[in-house]
Amino acid sequence: MEINFSLFSIEIATALLAVIILIIGLMIPKQSRHILGYIIALGLVVIFGFSFRFYGLNTAVIDKMYLVDDFSVFFKQLFLVAAILVILASIRYVNKMNGNFEFYVITIVAALGMMVLVSAGDMLTLYVALETMAISFYILAGYKTDPKSAEAGMKYLILGALSSGILLYGLSLIYGMTGTVIITEIAAKIGLLSGYSPALVVGLVFVLAGLGFKISLIPFQMWTPDVYEGAPTPVTAFLATGSKAASFAVLARLLLIALPAYSRQWQLLVAVLAALTMIIGNLAAIPQTNMKRMLAYSSIGQAGYMITGILAMNQAGVSALSFYSVIYVLATVGAFTVVMTCSTQTDSDEITDYAGLAQRSPLMAAALTIFLLSMAGIPPLAGFTGKLYLFKSIVNQGYLWLVIVGLVMSMVSVYYYLKVAKVMYMNDPVDKTPITIPAEAKITLLLTMIATIFFGIYAQPLSVLAHIAGKALLTF
Amino acid sequence: MTAIMNIGLNHFLVLSGTLFFIGLFAVLSKKNVIAVLMGLEVMLSSVNINLIAFNRYTSPEILTGNVFAIFVIALAAAEVAVGLALIVAIYRQRKTAEVQDYDLLKW
Repeated sequence: MEINFSLFSIEIATALLAVIILIIGLMIPKQSRHILGYIIALGLVVIFGFSFRFYGLNTAVIDKMYLVDDFSVFFKQLFLVAAILVILASIRYVNKMNGNFEFYVITIVAALGMMVLVSAGDMLTLYVALETMAISFYILAGYKTDPKSAEAGMKYLILGALSSGILLYGLSLIYGMTGTVIITEIAAKIGLLSGYSPALVVGLVFVLAGLGFKISLIPFQMWTPDVYEGAPTPVTAFLATGSKAASFAVLARLLLIALPAYSRQWQLLVAVLAALTMIIGNLAAIPQTNMKRMLAYSSIGQAGYMITGILAMNQAGVSALSFYSVIYVLATVGAFTVVMTCSTQTDSDEITDYAGLAQRSPLMAAALTIFLLSMAGIPPLAGFTGKLYLFKSIVNQGYLWLVIVGLVMSMVSVYYYLKVAKVMYMNDPVDKTPITIPAEAKITLLLTMIATIFFGIYAQPLSVLAHIAGKALLTF
Repeated sequence: MTAIMNIGLNHFLVLSGTLFFIGLFAVLSKKNVIAVLMGLEVMLSSVNINLIAFNRYTSPEILTGNVFAIFVIALAAAEVAVGLALIVAIYRQRKTAEVQDYDLLKW
């Protein structure tokens, strides 16, 4: 069989980068290892620039085991951007953690897992990629040498492995009923089955539960706040963005490409879970006193909005999901960068310790306010445009009630987001020393802030790309 | 002899389903983390039985299910390696491997 390896060049380049950094890191003396962070960021920027050439290819490799379509390229670019931003923001933080350069290597391997995951054309590739990503995150979550971090790693490992076991059982049932593991062929094979197969419904529910863990859908969200709080903040930033976006992408592929025949069953389930996720995520965020926990619950709420894009079952919905993933990644990475920078100075993630941040660091206070308002969906910012696309895609499909739940919960979320803004702007700081932002973190902050404002005012370039991505998923 | 001849796909599915829920029960109820990891392994083994049985009874000439099972075994080993490393890390800090003692993070 002829395999065109140039179609894998993004993944091969990323894997090579990880290996090269691992070798260089062992060769150079310990005190100069901090430059590895810059090398990696530069390497990922080059790969990102190169990846634009993959748009429009829309081909499958090795008997449809691996799909290089616009949808996967769009998400690969998103993971590259997230990885670049997170690595830039975390250089100082990692230096403080004894400068272990393996941190960067495992981060890239996690990114590699996500990239393969969105390209997976069969369930075996899907599972291997999902585990590559997940195992990297188990290590990263327990990376810091404090008891909270190890505990977060352990909790994530147990619940993550449990979820992948459930997912795998579901995949094995789908394989057994259809006799194929190729995602694009499952739908055709289901069409050949006579009538309605209960085993497939069980498989479908198990797959939804397994991936529901990864995207922290209610009732599978219990790990989220614990792991987000305990894990080192750069890891939380990457876990909340990359892992979630990748799982959404693969869930969209499974539900829309492999299992559209059972849409009556899963649409009802997903709609109810989406509503519950929006409601519980946003309500539980209100009493939180820890910034990372608050952001964790808000990210649960965000997952509720994002899954409506899959529920729509059309191109507009998938495009809206892709669009919103980018906006969500930008705002979340930005918000966690602020948390990271503050905590290196104050050693605390409590919201009360953000008092008077506007006096200590006006840039960070302004940036955090913008990110939080974007997540809440306040009009001139990108989050509003994203939510508009998402809700527009389902409102004509008979889900008006879900849109209303989403709007009400967005309003609720404004309350707890603005509470943080109030602490930052109205309260007086206990400690008046200004917080210095490292130059690298400043780059991340400025880039995410500018992008969040820019895509809110002028969404055209991103929405065109998201449109292409959505079309590719459904027509390919 | 006839009893053995009559074993079909359903028997394997019942076995794997039973094992799956035994594993799930162990994960959710065991107090020691190592036992929890063992429960996870039982769950993954049940998936392997499923995959191989489906392969044998639906399309014995294509070995997709068997290959899938090998990958599952390899990844389960990787997962447990990380899990044991984390258990050692926690044990060094807190001298415990009991799940209910992992209580620094909770809402």
